[in-house]
Amino acid sequence: MKELFVLFITFFKMGLFTIGGGLAMLPLIQHTIVDKKGWLTEEGMTDCIAVSQSLPGVIAINAATYVGKTRKGFAGALAASFGVILPSFIIIICAVIFLGTVGPNHYVEGAFTGIKAAACGLIVFAAYRHGRQVIKGKPGIFIAVASFAAVAFFGISAIWPIIFGGASGFLLRRAK
Amino acid sequence: MVLLNLYVMFFSIGIFGFGGGYAMLPLIFQRVQEFGQMSAQEFSDLVALSQVTPGPVSVNAATYVGYNYAGVPGAVAATLGIATPSFVLVIVVMSFMDKYYKSKGIQGVMNGIKPATVGLIASAAFYIGQTVMVNSQVLPVSTFAGIIEYLNVLPFIMFICTIILIAKFKVNPIIITLLMGIIGALLCG
Repeated sequence: MKELFVLFITFFKMGLFTIGGGLAMLPLIQHTIVDKKGWLTEEGMTDCIAVSQSLPGVIAINAATYVGKTRKGFAGALAASFGVILPSFIIIICAVIFLGTVGPNHYVEGAFTGIKAAACGLIVFAAYRHGRQVIKGKPGIFIAVASFAAVAFFGISAIWPIIFGGASGFLLRRAK
Repeated sequence: MVLLNLYVMFFSIGIFGFGGGYAMLPLIFQRVQEFGQMSAQEFSDLVALSQVTPGPVSVNAATYVGYNYAGVPGAVAATLGIATPSFVLVIVVMSFMDKYYKSKGIQGVMNGIKPATVGLIASAAFYIGQTVMVNSQVLPVSTFAGIIEYLNVLPFIMFICTIILIAKFKVNPIIITLLMGIIGALLCG
């Protein structure tokens, strides 16, 4: 029981102290789980990151489930996952309530405008960096550009690029 | 019934949400629009809020949307919905790790999905950019001339500065976000 609580608290802290989403959380998870707690070896962590990034879903929850299950089985996976979710759950509700009570306010709206401009730039850069990492060769470039055009300009459901990309990857693999 | 719908909707986002939070954003936006009303403006508010609050972006989004539709129970339903696929898939895959990795088919599928997520991340930037940098009631503005005509200059400059700061000077993204938030509060309000 105590170990479950430690798992919960450890992931709660990680959920609380990372701004910028699951990818930003991975280095912190690595540092905490491998270096500080010694719950996984370097090799185990590599597997954990590979699974977390290759499966669909929330990367932070994937990683929490992996580490929790390795430590304490199914109950451990639950404890770690709840831990990593809870901070953002509570904080978002508080933020919505807070913004509701403040009401329309020029400074808040201005700050949101600035944050959105920054978010847009950061996401463009994230796409660029991610693209340099994962796009290898012409089929990759085509899939990326076609996905962008389909979703951004033609409003096609974002599920289709995933299905189309997965199917082409599967077929190209076979062709080799 | 609303709770079940919220759960199912976010469950499906979790299943197709490859490539992390940013890549999931277009899907979240589209699914929530099908479900009810979510304006592009509200969507970009949500992204802005996620940028300055801790935790996974997609969990933030689920909580935000769920809460707005059905209060705390809605937030719980949506958040559990997005968490369930992650949780179940990891548990399942862990029990046959080796087979999963050695499968050429799965590797092929993943190699095709990864470039698609790049396009999805770029789409998220496109959606958000429009709400803040294009000063038009009619979104999306799809022609280049239209974008120039309705361009909001100040946010556009902040957008360019953000890219320079992160790409060239490697400034911490949180610092950039807070900086632009402060500038925005002073100049754009």
